[in-house]
Amino acid sequence: MIENFTEIFTSPHWVNTLPFILKGLQLTLIVTFVGVFFGFILGSIFGLARLSKSKVIYGIATVYIEVVRGTPILVQALFLYFAVSDFFGINFTALTAGIIAIAINAGAYIAEIVRGGVEGIDKGQAEAGRSVGLSSTQTMRYIIWPQAFKRMIPPLGNQFIISLKDTSIFAVISLGEVTYLMRQYVGTTAETFVPYIMLCLAYLIITIPSMVFLRRIERRLDV
Amino acid sequence: MIKVTDLHKSFGATEVLKGIDAEIKEQEVLCVIGPSGSGKSTFLRCINLLEEITAGDIVIDGESLMDPKIDINELRSQVGMVFQHFNLFPHMTVLNNVTLGPMKVKGISEKDAEKLSLDLLEKVGLSDKAYVYPGSLSGGQKQRVAIARALAMSPKVMLFDEPTSALDPELVGDVLGAMKDLANEGMTMVVVTHEMGFAREMGDRVLFMDEGKIMEEGRPEDIFDNPQHKRTQEFLSKLL
Ligand SMILES: Nc1ncnc2c1ncn2[C@@H]1O[C@H](COP(=O)(O)OP(=O)(O)O)[C@@H](O)[C@H]1O
Ligand SMILES: [Mg+2]
Repeated sequence: MIENFTEIFTSPHWVNTLPFILKGLQLTLIVTFVGVFFGFILGSIFGLARLSKSKVIYGIATVYIEVVRGTPILVQALFLYFAVSDFFGINFTALTAGIIAIAINAGAYIAEIVRGGVEGIDKGQAEAGRSVGLSSTQTMRYIIWPQAFKRMIPPLGNQFIISLKDTSIFAVISLGEVTYLMRQYVGTTAETFVPYIMLCLAYLIITIPSMVFLRRIERRLDV
Repeated sequence: MIKVTDLHKSFGATEVLKGIDAEIKEQEVLCVIGPSGSGKSTFLRCINLLEEITAGDIVIDGESLMDPKIDINELRSQVGMVFQHFNLFPHMTVLNNVTLGPMKVKGISEKDAEKLSLDLLEKVGLSDKAYVYPGSLSGGQKQRVAIARALAMSPKVMLFDEPTSALDPELVGDVLGAMKDLANEGMTMVVVTHEMGFAREMGDRVLFMDEGKIMEEGRPEDIFDNPQHKRTQEFLSKLL
């Protein structure tokens, strides 16, 4: 035990893992950003659909949201990468599959964020918009959405952090993000402790500043 | 100008308006009084189609609101509405609150819309507030912006739903002043109000509503000094 401790400090793996961390983190960030970006588009569409008076539109959105929220993202990724590609004979790259999985997964949670954000705006705002003659689309675009979006920023940031961590499961589809690369490193060096600490740090270096930043925005929006 | 015939409105099983007949003539100021919950707001909101009419009809300038072919947005742009809680758009400057309708609904250019809006803000005494956000205004100022916003659409009629009820007493005067100016210019107005002084001075006619019906209507001096209906008497005596 004691020996192990001294060994840790002098371990060459701190430095040796670095190139893999940097390379993997790049892909992690790409998948997260692109995935959450499309997730936001999906989420906006389905979130607004949840507010629709049409039972069909509401129903479709509800099915999507509940199916995604009711299954683990690991299963969604496996389904997409193996089952869907087999069945339809489409060959996704792991990168495409990862981005689609994040988009679909984050989209469902963002849909609820969008719905909550829009519902949180006082009804009088829409009525004031309608009473000057704006159509419902114009009222959404110029009056409701800008105000709702502001309220969505903190939960969206939160979802970004969740999605970032979720990308780690794409190791199972051999997407070369940071967790996958560290597991490979562990596999070839048989060293576990330092590489996995480095892996934790790799996530924390993104998530902790993001959380601090978010809290600051939150405080500013409160005023 | 506006003719309301046997208007009924229900929310689920509760009937809130139980057959309203009323006529609002051009350039008339009609004041609606009555206890809370009697359906005054609902009545106004039906005229603006913010509530779907359950039965009966409202005809504005010859156009029936029950006509399925009616362009609701067009109609609403001709009926100005001022709410108790102002409902200004907090994310836009005062000026943009006013220009939004003319620009987006009427397609007026930004320059013309700004000119029109600045004139209207001046009229309600707020030209110095054009470039601030509503959050920094007092209630009385907010309500005058709301009036300017409605006027920017050049409506045929203005509906006011307790425009001074949410204001500190010392701010009520400014808003009533702006409304008086408007009335004196010949604007057709329907005003739900608890300001009996305003109703008496500016109202051409007063409607007393209770429990979803019009109990009594007449000239202000008749309603206030010589109410016929027992409910009107009770209501007015409570106010004194
Ligand atoms: N959207 C609604 N759903 C259900 N009931 C409503 C709704 N709006 C108003 N009501 C009811 O209708 C009645 C009349 O309300 P309202 O028109 O606001 O009265 P007033 O403006 O005279 O105070 C009240 O009993 C109120 O509870
Ligand atoms: Mg009311």
